[in-house]
Amino acid sequence: MALAEDTLAGRLISLMPSGVDHCSMRHMVETSEQITVRNGVVDPLHTAVDGGVLVTIWVGDGHGYAATSDLTDTGLQSAIDRATVWAHRTAGVGAVAAPVEAGLSGEYHSPVAKSWSESSLSDRLDLLRLHESKLRSDDRIVDTHAGLNWRRVESVFVSSDGAVIHQSQDHVVPEMRVVAFEDGLTQIRSFGGESSAGQGGLEVLDRFGFADAAPGIVEEAIELLSAPNCPTGTMELVLAPDQMTLQIHESIGHPLELDRILGDERNYAGTSFVTADMFGSFHYGSELLNVTFDPTVAGQMASYAFDDEGTKAERQYLIRDGLLVRPLGGALSQQRAGMDGVANSRSSVWNRAPIDRMANLNVEPGDSSFDDIIGNIENGVFLETNTSWSIDDSRNKFQFSCERGTVIENGELTTVVRNPSYRGISRTFWKNLSGVGDPSTLKVMGLANCGKGEPNQVIWVGHASPPCRFSDVEVFGAES
Amino acid sequence: MSNATSDTVRDVRTYIDDLSEYATSHLTGDEVLLASFDGEDSDFVRFNGGKVRQAGSVQQLSADLDLSEGARHTTATVGLSGQADSDKAAIARALSTMREQRAVVPDDPYFMYSTDVASSEHTNPGSAPDGAGIIDSVTTEAGADDLVGIWASGRQFSAFTNSLGQRNWFDSNTFNLDWSLYLHADKATKQGYAGFEWNDEAFAAKVATQRLQLDALRRDPITLDPGDYRTYLTPSAVKELTDMLSWGGFSLRAHRAMDAPLLKMVTEGVSFAPMLTITENTSGGVAPNFEGQGFLRPDAVPLITNGKFASHLVSPRSAKEFDVPTNGASSWEAPHSIYMDSGDLATDSAMAELGTGLYVGNLWYLNFSDRANCRTTGMTRFATFWIENGEIVAPVTALRFDDTAFGLFGDRLEALTDTSEVLLDPESYGARSTNSARLPGALINDMRFTL
Repeated sequence: MALAEDTLAGRLISLMPSGVDHCSMRHMVETSEQITVRNGVVDPLHTAVDGGVLVTIWVGDGHGYAATSDLTDTGLQSAIDRATVWAHRTAGVGAVAAPVEAGLSGEYHSPVAKSWSESSLSDRLDLLRLHESKLRSDDRIVDTHAGLNWRRVESVFVSSDGAVIHQSQDHVVPEMRVVAFEDGLTQIRSFGGESSAGQGGLEVLDRFGFADAAPGIVEEAIELLSAPNCPTGTMELVLAPDQMTLQIHESIGHPLELDRILGDERNYAGTSFVTADMFGSFHYGSELLNVTFDPTVAGQMASYAFDDEGTKAERQYLIRDGLLVRPLGGALSQQRAGMDGVANSRSSVWNRAPIDRMANLNVEPGDSSFDDIIGNIENGVFLETNTSWSIDDSRNKFQFSCERGTVIENGELTTVVRNPSYRGISRTFWKNLSGVGDPSTLKVMGLANCGKGEPNQVIWVGHASPPCRFSDVEVFGAES
Repeated sequence: MSNATSDTVRDVRTYIDDLSEYATSHLTGDEVLLASFDGEDSDFVRFNGGKVRQAGSVQQLSADLDLSEGARHTTATVGLSGQADSDKAAIARALSTMREQRAVVPDDPYFMYSTDVASSEHTNPGSAPDGAGIIDSVTTEAGADDLVGIWASGRQFSAFTNSLGQRNWFDSNTFNLDWSLYLHADKATKQGYAGFEWNDEAFAAKVATQRLQLDALRRDPITLDPGDYRTYLTPSAVKELTDMLSWGGFSLRAHRAMDAPLLKMVTEGVSFAPMLTITENTSGGVAPNFEGQGFLRPDAVPLITNGKFASHLVSPRSAKEFDVPTNGASSWEAPHSIYMDSGDLATDSAMAELGTGLYVGNLWYLNFSDRANCRTTGMTRFATFWIENGEIVAPVTALRFDDTAFGLFGDRLEALTDTSEVLLDPESYGARSTNSARLPGALINDMRFTL
């Protein structure tokens, strides 16, 4: 593709240095708007625009990066010079060799049906105020919060291998939260936020049922005030899709990140109980467990055509029929480990270097209806909406809590319970997967707060899942 | 690699002043502009296996603008390039957009900013080496050991300006090396070395201490059954617990929303042990003493005094909403510089006083399992040992705890050490943190471990 030098990509290519083994440059700019209403009062409207270029240079096993928001030729050249100095400085003490890139070109843009910018701010405010007002429908609701967040990330990636990639992603994140309080007891129900978010425009609100959400979370929060505490015991556990997102994220996603397996994260996010020799032989879960890395799902949070190292993104099975087959590792990690991986090298913002991240990491649907899943459970609990998450640095021993539970007795959902928690060990938990919902029960969701990396990066990821059943899980409630 | 010099700092400060003057000169009517500027010129060197995994430099500067007329206002963050023409154009665009938005948004009944012009200045030039200069020191000291971690250094700037003429300035030049030495699998020991002046001998001493712990980690680990164990928490482990208290525990807004983990201290008189005193100690920390509405933070805000809840952290917005004075808290109403008074347990005697039990080097990935009761779960991590008769017996396989801070810092808190450690936060989400803590170790009679 011939590029005029007056385009940003053309200018970056024209500045590509010689005398180095490899160079890539990525321009990323993020534009966002955040509208929040709390207890009937509109919080200060917030908009943001920030962006810049990250230059990465390789000289042998030495490499360096430099990030600058100065997009003049002088500013860009200064960043190239700094990155080059770093590359020479770290040559001989570098932990990895220069990447081999395909030099692919292409583009990706989020599918947008109802553009955010084509609606007026006044309309967006009215919409949010209307639905927030529905949250204040009971005196026992003592705190309400509703938000509409929009973000567009546009990027241009060029490399000395000839890659020229243009991508843009639009995200819409609706959220609602109520705090119910009575007789010294607090209970919370929420909608959306980090789990019910997706790529697209205002149609994302329809996709997640934003317009109908308020009455339900109010009713459920009030119901929890008089609900009994979650029972304690070892029982059947059924997780709703909005809790499965967290379960997938923490106890499949992070353990399969190849940079963790290679030790990069040991000082901060942690290592993994998964080792390189387990791929191809370790049964991660029961035969019902099928997990894909799939950045091709239209409208999911982390869909894209290329990762931030210029690798083409494709759907891949990580776990097939329970067998662990492939890690979450980008081109550089694959090269270091001598393993096949996926296109998941991603940066959270313009001034951070790419590392192995989850993108869309999904549990594939099975063939059970929801009634099938709970139908043969004598004693169990159905849990919805994460409220607390904790897992060890090997991503093995976990304890998660949810906003709402419902007891399952003799195949029926019966009593709503509050403060439900469960704990387990990743290495064995998924082997007790005993039911997976069919395609009609699948929900495409995600998380917007995955933290990792040194320096730190927080990034959005996608997770899709049907409800799933697990056998013999330790479940318990709270003291209150 | 960082190219920050004192000339650069003066240049940045002048540059920010010029941008502020430019923005103020473009106000109309009775508009008031609040502007916070944050920037850094940072080096990051990431290590794995005693080698450099990633190294680089980041130059960033942004402005947070709040444009009001009366009680109507909107806010914007604008990334800046350091090029005057483009930055002035970006600010002009933001002001124009905010004006258009202001016509749409309703009055904000909780909008409050400081009208007292209280300018201030804090500068700490430091002499931390840059990242490129430190690579030899780290890789040489690591030798053949498996060192993994992150070096961050360079100058940071924060400024507040408003159209009333207030100017607050903060800059510092710090380093923060946060690293672990690994033996194998998850057997490792963690250390931090941060400050303003690097000293090779001080770094070597910390690594030598780690190597002693590595010797102990070579012993066969033991796996403890779930149960209650007498436990010593190092200051690093205590910090994980105080971080949880800080997650809404002192926030006035969280208390009024009935969603604060320390709510029962206010509503039901629950208390910690009398030896526990916690302060937001701005004067002893390394964070700016001003916030985005122009209020200055007092030198100290008592949070817990002799075990009793002392005061909330109150942002200007909460102050207006709940009709109480602000104490300059940020919008999250969490401490930036948390300080816990030391106790009377001789630090050198901590293991002897522990006798038989757990020595916990670090805690990890904490979260509330029952927020209303300040019950927290999390994992042990890094150097954690089983102790008998004051001596290390063996490292302990990672354990999950699930226990309430009302007990851990309450009737089961036996002693606090007589020395404290200063812990500068190594986190760098969005920007290098300026948070810090000064904390003693804690001897706890029984701590509940569950998995």
